[in-house]
Amino acid sequence: MSLVLRETVNAFRRAPLLSALSVTTIAFSLFVFGLFGLVAVNIQRAIGSVSERVEVVAYLKRGVPVETVTLALSDIDAFPEVEQVTHVTENEALARARQDLTEFQDIFQDLEANPLPASLDVRLRPPFRDADHVAEVARRLQSFAFVDDVRYGRDWIEKLDRLRNIAGAVGLAVGAAFALVAIIIIGTTIRMAVLQRSREIAIMRLVGATDRFIRAPFLLEGLVKGALGGVLALGLSAAAWALIDAALLRSVFFTPLQAASGVAAGALLGFLGSALSVGRHLRGV
Amino acid sequence: MIRFQDVTKEYPKTGAALRGATFHVRKGEFAFLTGHSGAGKSTALKLVYLADRPTHGEVRVSGFATNRMAPSDVPRLRRRLGIVFQDFQLLEERTAEENVAFALEVTGARRAGIGPRVMRVLTQVGLAGKAKQYPRELSGGEQQRVAIARALVNDPVVLLADEPSGNLDERATRGVFQLLRDINASGTAVLMATHDLDLVRSLPGGHLIELQSGEVVFDSAADPAAEEAP
Repeated sequence: MSLVLRETVNAFRRAPLLSALSVTTIAFSLFVFGLFGLVAVNIQRAIGSVSERVEVVAYLKRGVPVETVTLALSDIDAFPEVEQVTHVTENEALARARQDLTEFQDIFQDLEANPLPASLDVRLRPPFRDADHVAEVARRLQSFAFVDDVRYGRDWIEKLDRLRNIAGAVGLAVGAAFALVAIIIIGTTIRMAVLQRSREIAIMRLVGATDRFIRAPFLLEGLVKGALGGVLALGLSAAAWALIDAALLRSVFFTPLQAASGVAAGALLGFLGSALSVGRHLRGV
Repeated sequence: MIRFQDVTKEYPKTGAALRGATFHVRKGEFAFLTGHSGAGKSTALKLVYLADRPTHGEVRVSGFATNRMAPSDVPRLRRRLGIVFQDFQLLEERTAEENVAFALEVTGARRAGIGPRVMRVLTQVGLAGKAKQYPRELSGGEQQRVAIARALVNDPVVLLADEPSGNLDERATRGVFQLLRDINASGTAVLMATHDLDLVRSLPGGHLIELQSGEVVFDSAADPAAEEAP
């Protein structure tokens, strides 16, 4: 193992320019992927914050005993889709309307009786905030005898669904294309390093080194280059994000886990690129 | 030690490089493969160190039937061979001793034993004083000696030399050839491909195998009974 480490360090020392070029190339291809990742993360966040408003409201018939509603509340809370269910009484509904709809203040002042019904406001868990699940929850709420009407913004949720699907599909396609480009660039870069050392590989084989032994330093080299490229790409992405965040629009950066995954993906790409390049080279000679 | 039995090697583009070659290099022998360029000398050596496989026939090397060897077993055979080329095949960015040590390191030798073994073979080839020099700082003859030291360091049973003096002047050629004779005298078989007939003549007891257009046209050690066998 120590020889593998030494050979890896020597590879960087003997060809510093080529090594730096490899790391930079890997960094830039990952940086492009990183920028795309930032866009994806921010779009996802925007859609997420809009989805938080997805709510199903079940309006109750007048005069339903509190015990019945309380019992139903625990049933509804047990629905797998439900994150939170809140009972809004008639008085609370009026208070809320007075607070939210200030332009109708006069009308609310003159009321002799409260015209607003009580309701159950149901918030869904994030994975269930799509049209199908919302409709299903609404159907189940409607089946309670004390429920008069169930409302949710059907059109609005369907539009949100479409937006989410389009963002997902575009993200997947563009992400896959960027990843493919990164893999090809990294593979080519590492192939250059392999070709540069083809004489060494030929001599290793002649003196009886096993293919596994020959491969090991290249794999480690690819892993290190990929990881270094990943760190550099992360730095470039952070700089680009800071610039955009300050000058153009407020946005979020990767979470530490996402950032670490990016560097790990760079290392993995470097490793796989090396494995492919060396494997192809060894089969060809 | 090395046995070729009716060996033919054909290449898709250039045709047959060896045609029905049969010869036998025995343990401890000094054998020459001679012939003009293109006669099949290098091809025959390649079949010995398994850079190629025969199209027909059988090549046996040090007890290995190379035709049936799995690719993963090839390194095991190569560790029993020492190989020297006309162009030395040294790594330019490594010193003489590092080039020799490389052959031990990459075959998994114990680190502690590498230094003494490298110095032993560098002394044997007369280059103990130039261990720290890079190939570009050495003459052609010295570079070939480093290559020979690298070939010897794993204690091979046979040393294969493909035109080892092809790039050397006459004096360096004599020096390298004498070194190969010394190595042979200490018990290692040598199979040397050369078109230099003066060298061949200077070793009257050597085993001479002459190739012409891929066929063995003369074998000084041929056993007529063996040739008639099916």
